Amino acid sequence: MITKRIIPCLDVKNGRVVKGVNFAGLQDMADPVEMARYYNASGADELVFYDITASVEGRGLFTDILREVASQIFIPLTVGGGINTLDDFDRVLKCGADKVSVNSGAIRNPDIIPAAAQKYGNQCVVLSADIKRVDGKFMLFTKGGRENTGIDALNWLEQGVKNGAGELVVNSIDTDGVKKGFDLELLDAVAARCAVPIIASGGAGKMDDFVELFRKHPAIDAGLAASIFHTKQVEIGALKRYLRENGIEMRV
Amino acid sequence: MIAIVDYGVGNLFSLSSSVKSLGVEVRVTREAADLHAASHILLPGVGAFGDAMAKLEATGLVPVIKKEIETKPLLGICLGMQLLFDKSYEYGTHAGLGLIPGEVCPLADDLADPKLKVPHIGWNALDIVPGREADPLFKYVKNGEYVYYVHSFYAKNCAASTLATSEYSIPVTGAVRSGNVYGTQFHPEKSGDTGLRLLKAFAEL
Repeated sequence: MITKRIIPCLDVKNGRVVKGVNFAGLQDMADPVEMARYYNASGADELVFYDITASVEGRGLFTDILREVASQIFIPLTVGGGINTLDDFDRVLKCGADKVSVNSGAIRNPDIIPAAAQKYGNQCVVLSADIKRVDGKFMLFTKGGRENTGIDALNWLEQGVKNGAGELVVNSIDTDGVKKGFDLELLDAVAARCAVPIIASGGAGKMDDFVELFRKHPAIDAGLAASIFHTKQVEIGALKRYLRENGIEMRV
Repeated sequence: MIAIVDYGVGNLFSLSSSVKSLGVEVRVTREAADLHAASHILLPGVGAFGDAMAKLEATGLVPVIKKEIETKPLLGICLGMQLLFDKSYEYGTHAGLGLIPGEVCPLADDLADPKLKVPHIGWNALDIVPGREADPLFKYVKNGEYVYYVHSFYAKNCAASTLATSEYSIPVTGAVRSGNVYGTQFHPEKSGDTGLRLLKAFAEL
């Protein structure tokens, strides 16, 4: 059977990894190519590269790095950040990305989802959403979680899947950075309405958080995290072996 | 030199990078002379069957490929593997290259567990068909290693050519062979070290 997936996320700004960089044993602790190589070797099932660069020059640098990573890493590569148009899809796919993640670009222009799905296939289009509870309802946020769009997040994701998103990244703002576990209530609510693979993001602090996620919530396909992996608070190889010992199908 | 057939579908960057990483010369090409000069041929493919077959035919390379496989190995990958079969039922009925008997059908219609998601995306274990372990394609790959799949259609009625399957409530055709013609439904260029070892074995055929 298909395995659950463990996915490290690299946030890249002006050519450097910027979140939680405390990497022992690497020459350059914030070099995205070096980190990607490390994750590839340590058993990551997929890599997410997130471009948080603001400037055009930074974007060019990111493209160069992406091409370098893609030429050396032979696992699936998802790229997000600054994806607003089909040209943006084209740009990162040509650099070797396998999937493209849209977030605020889809809020500004929801038509990007069906257009990209038609051109590149649903499997290529990942819809990523930042979600926070407001008065007991899951709301869709934007601008790095600072601004409430007023859109019901569950409706948004369901519509996104209908329009062609082949995979969802569910980022919980409420649990992000708290390291007390994934937002299981939110993830269950999404899984009840969306039948595509769901990647849980935000809140993982220890190995048992992943055990709980996959054991009790079989509809969730993957767990994504950044700093706990970068700092080796959780080491990917050890995590995957631990999950397998706990009866969860893993590629180890 | 390994030739990767470029007929305008999908991105060949990862595939050509993975072959290069083995230290093997690679040429992405649509020239008959290159296929003739090559020691091995890779036939990639993503997207829909009918469209891909039409594009491959438009290159004029179909008769060239059929001639070259008399003397050299070919590996079809993902949709490239599906094209090797007689026909596909993806958005209508389309004839394939007919190099391996069998047909390509929607996975969703045949899954024993309807709750499983389609496309079948992710890492799945390769179950080598008993008796096929010694196939040279598996020279460096063991039974049960994980490979990466992304597909909604699969090859069936091809038991005689099936080298390996992966379990997705039914055995899904994972690797096939008929003489010099090989195919993998999974992506060796995205299957980590396992995939590179499989490509290495192919390059040594």
